[in-house]
Amino acid sequence: MCGIAGLIHKGKSANVGSEMTAMLQALKHRGPDSTGYAVYGEPKDGDYIMRLKVAEAEDMAKGRGITQILETRIREVEEIMAECGATVKDRQSATKYAHRYVLGHDGDEASIGEMAKMIEEIDGVEILSIGRGLELIKDLGDASVVAGLYGLNDFVGTHGIGHTRMATESDVDIKSAHPYWAFPYNDVSVVHNGQITNYWIMRREMERKGHRFMSNCDSELLAVYTAHNLANGISLEDSLRKSIGEIDGVFTYLVATKDQLGMAKDTMAAKPLVLYESDDLIAMASEEVAIRAILPEEIDTYDPYDEEVRVWQA
Amino acid sequence: MASVTDAELKEMSQDERAKALGMTTEQLTGKSLYIEFDPEATDRYTYPWAYDVDFNKRTEIDTDNLTTTEVNIAIRDKMKEGYGTIVLQNPRGKHSLGVGILNKLNLIIEGSCGYFGVGLIDGPNVRITGRVGWSCGENMMSGTIVIEKNAGSTFGAAMRGGDLVCRGSVGSRTGIDQKGGTIIVGGDTGALSGFMMQRGRMVVCGNAGKNLGDSMYDGMIFVGGEIKSLGVDAIEAELTDLDRHWLTRKLTQYGLMPDKGVDHFTKIVAGKQLWNYDNLEPSEKKLIL
Repeated sequence: MCGIAGLIHKGKSANVGSEMTAMLQALKHRGPDSTGYAVYGEPKDGDYIMRLKVAEAEDMAKGRGITQILETRIREVEEIMAECGATVKDRQSATKYAHRYVLGHDGDEASIGEMAKMIEEIDGVEILSIGRGLELIKDLGDASVVAGLYGLNDFVGTHGIGHTRMATESDVDIKSAHPYWAFPYNDVSVVHNGQITNYWIMRREMERKGHRFMSNCDSELLAVYTAHNLANGISLEDSLRKSIGEIDGVFTYLVATKDQLGMAKDTMAAKPLVLYESDDLIAMASEEVAIRAILPEEIDTYDPYDEEVRVWQA
Repeated sequence: MASVTDAELKEMSQDERAKALGMTTEQLTGKSLYIEFDPEATDRYTYPWAYDVDFNKRTEIDTDNLTTTEVNIAIRDKMKEGYGTIVLQNPRGKHSLGVGILNKLNLIIEGSCGYFGVGLIDGPNVRITGRVGWSCGENMMSGTIVIEKNAGSTFGAAMRGGDLVCRGSVGSRTGIDQKGGTIIVGGDTGALSGFMMQRGRMVVCGNAGKNLGDSMYDGMIFVGGEIKSLGVDAIEAELTDLDRHWLTRKLTQYGLMPDKGVDHFTKIVAGKQLWNYDNLEPSEKKLIL
């Protein structure tokens, strides 16, 4: 079933970490397997933030040897960073397998992308996100578990999207959890509720064009598809509109960039989304109960119709 | 019609029992048959186990810290105590509130409901001051539900009787599999509204999305605004004087009568080109409808 949620504050920052946690916890019944966040903070000093994992959560049960493997992987990651001219300004580790780096880098986005590709060549390593504002966190368990583990409740930013996953067509693991980063484009993330029926056709098409897939989850296609469109100079809004004609299946999905939040609904309007809009806040979720978790007072909400596309600016 | 007892019901034939319980017993002939509103139907609270409630006896339930199950049990407990007017406060999008009430009752929900609100009801009059999520009034048998704001998709799915009214706009697939009763929408409705409709009436004062009335078997849809497209086997029909009279009466009753009257409404019915069950045995027809 899965639950999705998103919010964007216009012209101000707020505690989007705790707001997203409240919304996602209210959607726990739609997907208890894993929870993910893509939250956007204020960029600092031109630094990049990289979130990566060097193993799956279940790998931790593989005994003493795993610690040494993880240390090796981290050392290799940091060697590549140094090779590519990135300076590690800070490193935090919520778990043994999930790490957050603050990187100084003078190169352009393309060189950051090249570094990302090299890092992902290390066995078992997946970059969850790179961006100046984006921080993508996902792990097994409900929102309160993930927020507690990663200290998300104090996160201040402008906007965010999130997902509670009920695994249906792929495994219960972090690589199949949402959100997906639109590799290798900075600050672009996607969450999705639905099923994509032309997944393999579209995936092969994207792979032929050189895009990488880390999982067998159909939702990853939307991230790759969005990345492909943005790389070809298509605006977020146009990419969302284009997807309605080119992606088959039933879906509602949200895309966030460094300063935008967008939504698209399939031609059948088969997957839910409830929207709340005010002058300074837009909030949306699979169910109204999630919006009420942050706005308990009486508010006006509505369901977007089939083929509806919206984009909001922070 | 007076109430009947459990013992009396047991003595009746199936046909008599159906009539006593307010069910339609019409023979399916392949032609449209509509049951007009019967003023006496307000007394048809004939479930032998129904609570004897007093509409003037009012109570409030604060749902803020209660689960859906606890709220619905509390409603029954209050009815058992004779309360005929129950107000639910702070629902905040909770799902499945007020489902399965088979009793006369004034239920007022101050705020918004989530999915499957007041479904499977038979008898109560419900007013919701906020919005409702998907599948509000699903399978309702009788009574009224009036929503002051918007509603989600599959509004009134498979409903069989009563009036389901949304003053705002509703989502997609409104009245999917509708088998009776009346759905009234003050604003717009989304795609595939009236999909596989089998009986009853739907009124949309605003616009309707694509594929309106797709594969409808029977029933009528009235649209005051624009129709994006008609579904398979849905056709436009002439608005009769009886339709105008009925629309005027219903829309006036719920304060949704347009200033310009009802002449501009478009009537949509089944083209009946997809009907393929006329060769079935009567018992099989009953299974279908």
